[in-house]
Amino acid sequence: MGTRRSASYYILSAVFAAFLLFLYGPMLCVYLLSFQGPEGGMSFPMRGFSLVWFETLFTAGGRGVGDIHNSFIRSLRLGAIVAVLTMLIGLAVGMSFRRRYPGSNFVFYSAIISMIVPGIFVGFGISLTLNMIGMRPQWWYSGIGAQLTWSLPFAMLIMFIILGRMDKSYEEAATDLGASSFQRFQYVILPLILPGVIGMFMAGFTSSYEEAARAGLNIGTGNTMPMELTGLLGAATTPVMFAVGTLTTLFMFTLVISTLLVSARLAKRRQLRLTAQHA
Amino acid sequence: MSSMTVSPRAASWLQATPFTLIMTCLVMVPLAIIVSVSFMDFGFAEIIPEFYLGNWTDLLRSSLTFDTYKTVFRQLAIVWTITLLLGFTISYYLIFHVRSNMWRAIFLAACAIPFWTSGPIRMISWVPLLGREGLVNQALMGTGVIDQPISWLLYSEFSVIVVYVNMLTMAMAGPIANSMAKISPSIIQAARDQGASEWQVITEVIIPLIKPGIVVGTIFIITAVMGDGFLVRAMSGNQMNTPAVAIMNEINAFQFPPAAAKSVVLLLVVLGMVGLLLRFVDIRKELAR
Repeated sequence: MGTRRSASYYILSAVFAAFLLFLYGPMLCVYLLSFQGPEGGMSFPMRGFSLVWFETLFTAGGRGVGDIHNSFIRSLRLGAIVAVLTMLIGLAVGMSFRRRYPGSNFVFYSAIISMIVPGIFVGFGISLTLNMIGMRPQWWYSGIGAQLTWSLPFAMLIMFIILGRMDKSYEEAATDLGASSFQRFQYVILPLILPGVIGMFMAGFTSSYEEAARAGLNIGTGNTMPMELTGLLGAATTPVMFAVGTLTTLFMFTLVISTLLVSARLAKRRQLRLTAQHA
Repeated sequence: MSSMTVSPRAASWLQATPFTLIMTCLVMVPLAIIVSVSFMDFGFAEIIPEFYLGNWTDLLRSSLTFDTYKTVFRQLAIVWTITLLLGFTISYYLIFHVRSNMWRAIFLAACAIPFWTSGPIRMISWVPLLGREGLVNQALMGTGVIDQPISWLLYSEFSVIVVYVNMLTMAMAGPIANSMAKISPSIIQAARDQGASEWQVITEVIIPLIKPGIVVGTIFIITAVMGDGFLVRAMSGNQMNTPAVAIMNEINAFQFPPAAAKSVVLLLVVLGMVGLLLRFVDIRKELAR
């Protein structure tokens, strides 16, 4: 193939650029307008630049921001717990699928059902079940449980993909050298699937941090971040919501980048240790 | 530990237990409870455990039910068509036209980053663009195309569709790109060598090979649009009624048994559509590939 690009390349590049504009346009509006001057509103033009809306967010009695601080902390707490549980339970179920066993189809398809059934039904069903057995919803069991129904199927799929791509010969070599099943897991499988394990942690965190349809009815007292923000949408008249958007995006950005850096570093350290052992 | 030996089958069962318990107790049982509650009577904010068919007769007699489905199917058809065309175009560009792996990774990351912003914030981000004083109206008035702001840009079916497309195109593009990446370049090259044009390669080689990706993407779109109530409520300004919105309204009014009956209908519709689609593709085989 020559290096000359066909006409379709330029047309498609333009379509892709337009799509990126469509994705980023609204976001740029949020980031820019969060620095709106004190007289400005939710639309352009910018009436000066200021940090007034960030101040409003942090001063006690900031109007139009509801219970946003506590809901953010609740979401973080929930996200962290769900992430750890997702990683552990996902890892276990992924390992189980390395053999065919009676009932494996039930396990697989129950996860697919949980994934394709719209969230409000799972949430509504859990809350009806609690109602029938006379229990009140609380974040630490029904809240976490509801979010696991959403994060775990993704964890299972991640394990499926990563284990499917794993070269089985490494493991066979370890067995031939007399490794026990625990040693095989610790020294051979885990290092190979580490990116997937970190991926499950991140999937667990991001899916629960953003989830409201399932957890909403089962969280008990105290909104999480997405619930609180949805509640504030209708009443929003000032750019203070945009300030929330800018800060939470910055938070996610930091989180994702640092996870990527940590996993790159882990991979590198293992690589170094392996070469040191071989030398 | 060394004395403890577990048969491989028992080991698999043990490993799958926590996962299976959660899926059974928090998904399967609750769905069964919804079905049984749909046949129960209700008082003010309470469920009366007696067999009662009123929820079902009310639901099936109401013309409102029919209208909500008409609305959601119209939205689904529009959103599916646009996300399929757009998702296909983007995937095709990224997989077959972008030649450097680094740029492909950068472009894919660029498509993901906007989703790091919280969903409700992404919805409200359309106000400065589509609102009466928004950028679109300002631009149209500035260029003299219109002399009064268009009011149907925001809080209308139009804005519902725009935001769906914005949020769901990547859900369609992802599985399609995944299927496309599995196509061996030698197949494309062989078709080219036989004199096939780019369009012929797309319609006769690529499209038949990416059917699984299209099916998976379609399932994502169906469940997202059919099951969503939050986005429709926010972006239509509480003016549109879809089955999911009707269910959410009844749940908020503590009318659980009628909400349960409506949920069973919507569930059957969604699962029926998905079941039909799954007949065309073995997802378990696709994932392991």
